Amino acid sequence: MDTIQKRILREVADLHTVPEGAYNIRANGESAGRRSTANIEITSKENASGIDIRIKPGTKHESVHIPVVLSESGLKETVYNDFYIGEDCDVVIVAGCGISNCGSQDSEHDGIHRFFIGRRAKVRYVEKHYGEGDGAGKRILNPGTEVYMQEDSAMEMEMVQIRGVDSTERMTTAELAAGARLIVKERLMTHGKQSAVSVYKVSLNGEGASADVVSRSVARDESYQKFDACVTGNAPCHGHTECDSIIMDRGRILAVPQLEANDTGAELIHEAAIGKIAGEQLVKLMTMGLTEAEAEEQIINGFLK
Amino acid sequence: MMLELRNIRYDVDDDAGHVDILKDVSFAIGEGRFVVITGPNGGGKSTIAKLIAGVTKPTGGSIFFDGQDITPLDITARARLGISYALQQPVRFKGIQVIDLLRIAAGRELTAAESCDYLSRVGLCARDYIFREVNASLSGGELKRIEIATILARGTKLSVFDEPEAGIDLWSFQSLIRVFEQMRASIEGGSILVISHQERILEIADEIIVVSGGGISMHGPKDEVLPKLIGTPSALTGCDRLQERS
Ligand SMILES: Nc1ncnc2c1ncn2[C@@H]1O[C@H](COP(=O)(O)OP(=O)(O)OP(=O)(O)O)[C@@H](O)[C@H]1O
Ligand SMILES: [Mg+2]
Repeated sequence: MDTIQKRILREVADLHTVPEGAYNIRANGESAGRRSTANIEITSKENASGIDIRIKPGTKHESVHIPVVLSESGLKETVYNDFYIGEDCDVVIVAGCGISNCGSQDSEHDGIHRFFIGRRAKVRYVEKHYGEGDGAGKRILNPGTEVYMQEDSAMEMEMVQIRGVDSTERMTTAELAAGARLIVKERLMTHGKQSAVSVYKVSLNGEGASADVVSRSVARDESYQKFDACVTGNAPCHGHTECDSIIMDRGRILAVPQLEANDTGAELIHEAAIGKIAGEQLVKLMTMGLTEAEAEEQIINGFLK
Repeated sequence: MMLELRNIRYDVDDDAGHVDILKDVSFAIGEGRFVVITGPNGGGKSTIAKLIAGVTKPTGGSIFFDGQDITPLDITARARLGISYALQQPVRFKGIQVIDLLRIAAGRELTAAESCDYLSRVGLCARDYIFREVNASLSGGELKRIEIATILARGTKLSVFDEPEAGIDLWSFQSLIRVFEQMRASIEGGSILVISHQERILEIADEIIVVSGGGISMHGPKDEVLPKLIGTPSALTGCDRLQERS
């Protein structure tokens, strides 16, 4: 891998060297390294591009890294990755995609991830998106995520996109059986003329299922964001979604909260707030010696932390 | 003089018409002084603090700091010259931790020991608070103490506190007074301007300024002013003020 690719790898996966545990590194459409372990098996798909990740039941405290790096202008790819997580597992999955596009053609990575999570298994999933390069070519990421959760499983998803991605359409769907618990934390910042759409469809199908989808975002310059979250309760369950956004400059934000209850035991809550940085927050930091711009940076950094 | 307000006026036009909030306020504070501003609600005390910090600009008059006319300077420039301001209602921030705020205040990286020292001086157990977010989960009194800790971390020549005792329980009151005494001792030539209604804070003042109805009704050494305040309706009441407006 060249230095650009290595730098992007650091941005999206905090990787400085080859990670511990199982990994698959994809660079410019090709595999740049793979390791399976005794409990985690990674194999290429036969009739599509992508991989299957199979984690044996009962695997605990192991991790899988599957970063993707695009540093060639004009590259477009759709990749299908399927995760089969056995019962009683407790694992960390780190995905992430970085695009460096200095050329004039658009680069696009559409990653379709499906998670099949066994009973009582616990998964922490971290996904970072990052773009760089000053060419006219756009950096486009359209992730699709499907999560199928069996009884009493738990999934925590952390999805971060802070810089440099011109266009994103994110579609996340989840189906939860009884006792399953899903937590989503999304952090998003758009700038320039970027556009980001994030759609969530969460179905709580079994008794005691719960979902908490929280998005914090900042729209700067002339960027556009749409947050569309629908939680459906089909059983006695708890659902909560929250969208908290800071709008700046000439940014635009559309928040579309939706709740659907098909069972009297479904308790669903949505919170949404959009507003500019509070004047008193700026004032407070300025009385401590920061300029207005420095104060803004501090407030945004904290908000997206 | 360290701080001097000369013929400060502040008026606004709101729905009720033209309101004179401050009319011709002048006073000066020397180096190494502990001055308390007191007076009835709505008298104009917080407005004076905001004018000193640069949060609002006067409609007339000028403000001098160490001999320099700072009237045209913005909040940041005044802060950098050495003015600190603790708000009557502290601000909350999502995601910003107590330690971040202390670092911003100090203008440099702080060791864990240094940040802990600032927190323990305001009576907070550092271990419990240092990584807490300065958000809605903090109580009013906790927030107020953190606000005071940031002023300690700044350690500037002039510190303005707007009702620092508000929300602080009786038990902690004595330690608040100790904070002021320590500040005086540690910043050479530094002055503290506190807005307060508390007799016990008035008692430790060098000078007391009474602000009511948008003007200064008394200013002098504590020994002269305090006896006149205690037990007497020292200033205009809210009704008097309303009558004045109409
Ligand atoms: N921007 C404004 N527009 C209209 N009225 C204002 C404005 N700012 C302050 N005032 C009024 O000016 C008066 C003085 O306010 P200020 O906050 O300075 O009082 P204070 O002495 O600090 O009172 P307290 O003891 O209650 O804190 C009040 O009547 C207030 O309502
Ligand atoms: Mg006040």
